[in-house]
Amino acid sequence: MTTLLVAEHTNSALNEATAKALTAAAEMGGDVHILVAGKDCGAAADAATKLAGVSKVLVADDAAYEHQLAETVGDLIVSLAGDYDAIVSAATTNGKNTLPRVAAKLDVMQVSDVIAVESADTFQRPIYAGNAIQTVQSTDAKKVLTVRTASFAATAEGGAATVEAATPAADPEISSFVGEEIAASDRPELAGAKIIISGGRALGSEEKFNEVITPVADKLGAAIGASRAAVDAGYAPNDWQVGQTGKVVAPDLYIACGISGAIQHLAGMKDSKVIVAINKDEEAPIFQVADYGLVADLFEALPELEKAL
Amino acid sequence: MKILVPVKRVVDYNVKVRVKADGSGVELANVKMSMNPFDEIAVEEALRLKEAGKATEIIVVSIGPKQSTETIRTGLAMGADRGILVQTDDIVEPLAVAKVLKGIVEEEEPGLVILGKQAIDDDCNQTGQMLAALLGWAQGTFASKVDLGDSTVDVTREIDGGLQTVKLNMPAIVTTDLRLNEPRYASLPNIMKAKKKPIAEKTLADFGVEATPRLKVLKTAEPASRQAGVKVASVDELVSKLKNEAGVL
Repeated sequence: MTTLLVAEHTNSALNEATAKALTAAAEMGGDVHILVAGKDCGAAADAATKLAGVSKVLVADDAAYEHQLAETVGDLIVSLAGDYDAIVSAATTNGKNTLPRVAAKLDVMQVSDVIAVESADTFQRPIYAGNAIQTVQSTDAKKVLTVRTASFAATAEGGAATVEAATPAADPEISSFVGEEIAASDRPELAGAKIIISGGRALGSEEKFNEVITPVADKLGAAIGASRAAVDAGYAPNDWQVGQTGKVVAPDLYIACGISGAIQHLAGMKDSKVIVAINKDEEAPIFQVADYGLVADLFEALPELEKAL
Repeated sequence: MKILVPVKRVVDYNVKVRVKADGSGVELANVKMSMNPFDEIAVEEALRLKEAGKATEIIVVSIGPKQSTETIRTGLAMGADRGILVQTDDIVEPLAVAKVLKGIVEEEEPGLVILGKQAIDDDCNQTGQMLAALLGWAQGTFASKVDLGDSTVDVTREIDGGLQTVKLNMPAIVTTDLRLNEPRYASLPNIMKAKKKPIAEKTLADFGVEATPRLKVLKTAEPASRQAGVKVASVDELVSKLKNEAGVL
């Protein structure tokens, strides 16, 4: 069998999510080809050729693919799908946006958010915000799946795939890119960070959030996350939200500060290797999943932590 | 312009679901059911567009068992005009749901279909995108802002790392993210009024759709549980454990 893996990238660089989704694709068995659709995306395609186990990289370099619009990239994937037994992408916002569109056009029921590959047609996926894990077998001839990157290690480099140009599909001309606001930051990206420090409602304000969380994050080289309560209260921006409806992360170290541990938040971080909880309420449910719990006022504990590091 | 809003009856957001001991699924007997929270946001957005004079009629549709009528009534009590129930006791996967919705769209010809980005039971996040694909329409998924023009709609989307705005030709599909709006509560007079609003009843066969699942569920299990660790007495002890015991610093 041959699998087409749709790359997550920024045109100039390949996102690590691709290497993680590749691990899942490889576990299905058979050959893996990577599709890099973008504009001036040679650098991303080049990085894709180096991933171990990839035999071919298809490059569709066209203005229509610059911003990963689902309407154009979806049609491109559909035009290539005939040669493949499975189509896989990371469950990033791009993957979640585009792949169901591809699945519907191929009359396939997609398997979303795969966390384990049991065989070429059988997968595990979380339902009810991770409160239950379903094992599903796809009966469709072609498989379409998105992969939860937090559940798979990145495939290392060591490959030398050939590059082939893919013919762009006709642009349906029903949507266009207007603009984007991407927060510029030197911090690691939340989804791929080794260490994450997250703040909850107990921070009390945006100022306090920045005042006590940021210095510790700087010291640790950590990404910053937040609970939904903190985001809804305006203490932290939307894209910092960790949880069922935000990002699902699995860093080596997750430090939850002033987060009570609502089930929806736990769904987003409970696969972290080591969890630290700092909370003044010793009954907070977050302590039930924390490897190390510190019952303390975070406005005292965090500055102290920053000094101790 | 009509707006179509599909809504799903799901286990209430606040219920802690339990996996059945025999691994055949989750316990749904005697569990509180509600409208999927993302769908409430979809209904609210449609209502706001109508209140702004940009839409004339809001149709709420649900596909599911007879009790889904309650979910439709919730939408009508919020202010939608009429409902459609496609009644079935079968499990209907997103692909089949999208096919039924396509049939309804062809009958009703709405200018917008607004859906929740995902249902909080199966967490699939597929239906809106699949419906857009089947109709050949543009899609604005994970919307945090919807700005309606004359023949286009600008949708601001929550994407990894920030926000993206796209312009879509209408008719179009929008799927809602959490921060698009805060849904209203239905007032008592509106709940009473909703009882008189019409709900048309249909079946899957009316749309020529078969519900036979494409995904065979082999097993449903509890997730691996995490054991509570130790409490540390001080920041120094914490740092020392992270360095020496856990080895993550």
